[in-house]
Amino acid sequence: MSETNNPLVPQNSTELPLVDVREGSFGVRGAGDTSGFGGLIRRIYLPPAATRPLPGWFEDVVASLEQALAAKDLKPTDVIERVIVDRNELTININRNHLLISMQLLRDEPRLRFEMSTGVNGVHYPHQTDAELHAVYHLRSMTHNRQIRVETTAPDVDPHIPSTVVIYPTNNWHERETYDFFGIIFDGHPALTRIEMPDDWVGHPQRKDYPLGGVPVEYKGATIPAPDERRMYSK
Amino acid sequence: MTSENLLFENLSEGQETSQGRVYTLSGGDWDQVKAAPEGESERVVVNMGPQHPSTHGVLRLIVELEGETVTEVRPAIGYLHTGIEKNLEFRTWTQGVTFVTRMDYLSSFYNETAYCLAVEKLLGITNDIPERATVIRVMLMELNRISSHLVALGTGGLELGALTAMFLAFREREIILDLYELVTGLRMNHAYIRPGGLGQDLPHDAIAKIREAIPRIRNGFKDTENLLVGNSIWMARTKDVGVLDLDACLALGVTGPTLRSTGFAWDLRKTNPYCGYETYDFEIPTVESADAYGRFLIRLAEMEQSLRIVEQCLDRLEPGPVMIADKKIAWPAQLAIGGDGMGNSLEHIKQIMGTSMESLIHHFKLVTEGFEVPVGQVYQAVESPRGELGVHMVSDGGTRPYRVHFRDPSFTNLQSIPAICEGGQIADLVAAIASIDPVMGGVDR
Repeated sequence: MSETNNPLVPQNSTELPLVDVREGSFGVRGAGDTSGFGGLIRRIYLPPAATRPLPGWFEDVVASLEQALAAKDLKPTDVIERVIVDRNELTININRNHLLISMQLLRDEPRLRFEMSTGVNGVHYPHQTDAELHAVYHLRSMTHNRQIRVETTAPDVDPHIPSTVVIYPTNNWHERETYDFFGIIFDGHPALTRIEMPDDWVGHPQRKDYPLGGVPVEYKGATIPAPDERRMYSK
Repeated sequence: MTSENLLFENLSEGQETSQGRVYTLSGGDWDQVKAAPEGESERVVVNMGPQHPSTHGVLRLIVELEGETVTEVRPAIGYLHTGIEKNLEFRTWTQGVTFVTRMDYLSSFYNETAYCLAVEKLLGITNDIPERATVIRVMLMELNRISSHLVALGTGGLELGALTAMFLAFREREIILDLYELVTGLRMNHAYIRPGGLGQDLPHDAIAKIREAIPRIRNGFKDTENLLVGNSIWMARTKDVGVLDLDACLALGVTGPTLRSTGFAWDLRKTNPYCGYETYDFEIPTVESADAYGRFLIRLAEMEQSLRIVEQCLDRLEPGPVMIADKKIAWPAQLAIGGDGMGNSLEHIKQIMGTSMESLIHHFKLVTEGFEVPVGQVYQAVESPRGELGVHMVSDGGTRPYRVHFRDPSFTNLQSIPAICEGGQIADLVAAIASIDPVMGGVDR
C-alpha cells in the first residue's frame, strides 16, 4: 500500500505532529520481513488540534488567554500554534518567541491565575523536522482548581527556549534537568548547569538517539543481550 | 611532585585565588592553618555530604558559613541518578512498574499507583478498574503514607539527636512493613500495583491481620506524641526553624506537608480526587506556623487520618476481581505457589498447555510483547507523603512508553533549601532539611 491511499494517514497530515513512521505489520525492525506485509507504511501522529468552541472550562481559558494577548497587541494566532483537547486534558502549543509573555499572562490574569508550575519536562521527537525538541510545562491554578499543559518546541539545530524562571522560580531545577537530559538551552536561566549527570558528561541521555547502554548478562550458560539490544516488537 | 603533595605543601600557607587566600582542609588539620590576618573575614565553606549521616540520604550541601550562621547554601544532587526514566522506554508498560517502585523507595505504592493511573488514563480504562483493586490501592497508599511519615519523624528525630523518636517510629513502621510483606511478598519495591489492577489478590488472612494491626499502630503513635509534642527541647530545635510562607511555597512549587504548614489545606486527594478518594471520610490537617514543628504536627495528624481511611477500606472490601476484565490487558495467570515453590496457576497452565493453542499464543504475546497504548500524552498527579507526585507520560501507540517523566515532590521541595536555611544557624540546617523530608531516590530517579 502506498502512503497516499493509506486510510491511517489523516487528510491534513502535514499539519499534525509526527511521532514515528513504521513499516510492516509486526514491529520487527531491521530483519527481512517475508510475511508480505513489509510494504505497509504507517505514520503515527499525535492527537489533532481541537475544534472551537472547546468543551467546558477549556474554552474559557483559551479565550481569556487570547483576549489577554490581544490586549498586549499580539496576534493570538502568532502565539498559540495549536490547541489540543485529548483525554480531558488541555494542551496549548505556544510559539517559543512568545512563551514568556504567555506564561506571564497565564499566571497573572485574574481569569487564568495559574499560580503554580509543576515543572518542565522535555520530549524528543526526532521525526518532527524543525520541532524535534519539546518542552512541556504543567501549570496548576489553585484559585480555579484547573490544570493545563503548555508545550513549546525548538529545532534541533537551534535548541533555544526562553527560561521561565523569572515567572515560575520552581522551574529552575526542572529546566536544568531538561537541559541535562535533552540539551535544550533555556536562555536567561540564572545557572544552567547539569543537575543529574556529572558535570563533565558528554551528550544528553534522554534523547532518542542516545543509546540506553548496558552489558550482556550471562545466565545458566546463555547470554542475554543488553536491554536495548534485545529483539523487540514494539509497533 | 604530585598534585596531592602540592596540596599538603601549601596547607599552612594556603593558595592565592580570585576569592582571596584559600585553605583546603580535610579534617584534623585545623591547627596547621595560620589565623586570617587582622581585619579580613574568615569565610568558611563546608562541603556537607553526599555521605553524611544527617543529610537524609546522598544529598550534598555546599554551605558557606560566617561563624555558625549559614550565609549561603547550595544543594547538589544526582548521586543516586539511575536513569529509570530512560530504562522505562525499553520495557513494556507492565514491566515499568518494577522500575518506578524503586524511585522514591519510601513511598513505592504512590509511584506505582501514579504510573498505573497514567497508563490507564492513556488506555481510557480508568472507569473499568475493579472496585476491589481500587480499594486495595487506596489502603496500601494510606499505609504507605504512615510508614513514610514514620521514617520522616524517626530520622528527623535521629538527626537532631532524639534517638528514642527513631526507635518508636521504626517499631510501628515494622508492623506496617510486615503487612506489606504479607500482601505483596516484599517489604519494599513491591511492583504489586499493575496497569489494569493488581498483580494478585490479598492473601486470605490479610484483612484480619491488618484489622488487628491498626490498634497497635494507633497506640504506638501515642508514645511518639507523648514524647515530642510540647517537648521543650524538641520545640526549641524545630519551632520557627525552616520557615517558608505560602507565597514562597507556590513560587517554588513546594507541596505536601510543607505547603499545608502555611495553613493552606491543599491536598490532591480532596481537590483533584482519584481512586475514589472523594467517597472517603477524612480531614486535611493544617497549621499556620509554617515551620518545622508545624510540619511535624501535620505528619502526626495525617497518620491518624490515614488510619481512618485504612479502616474504611477494610469495611468496603468486597470479594471480586482485582484485575480488569479486558483480556488484552490483564495478564492471564492468577498466581498461586506451586509445588516447586514457583508462582503459577495450575488451572491456567492446564489450559494453555493442554487444551488451547490460542490461549498459549495470547499469553506469550501479552507477556513478551505487551499491550499497545494509544498515542497521546497525559499528566496524572497523586498526593504522595511529600506532596504532588506527577507523572507526565507520552505514548507513541506502541507497546513501550515513549517518554515517562516523574515530577517528584522531593526534587521540587529540595529547591527551597536555600530559601529556608540561609541566615539561620548551621544546626538548624539539619532540622530544616529533615522537615522537608526529601528522599534522594525520588529526587534523582
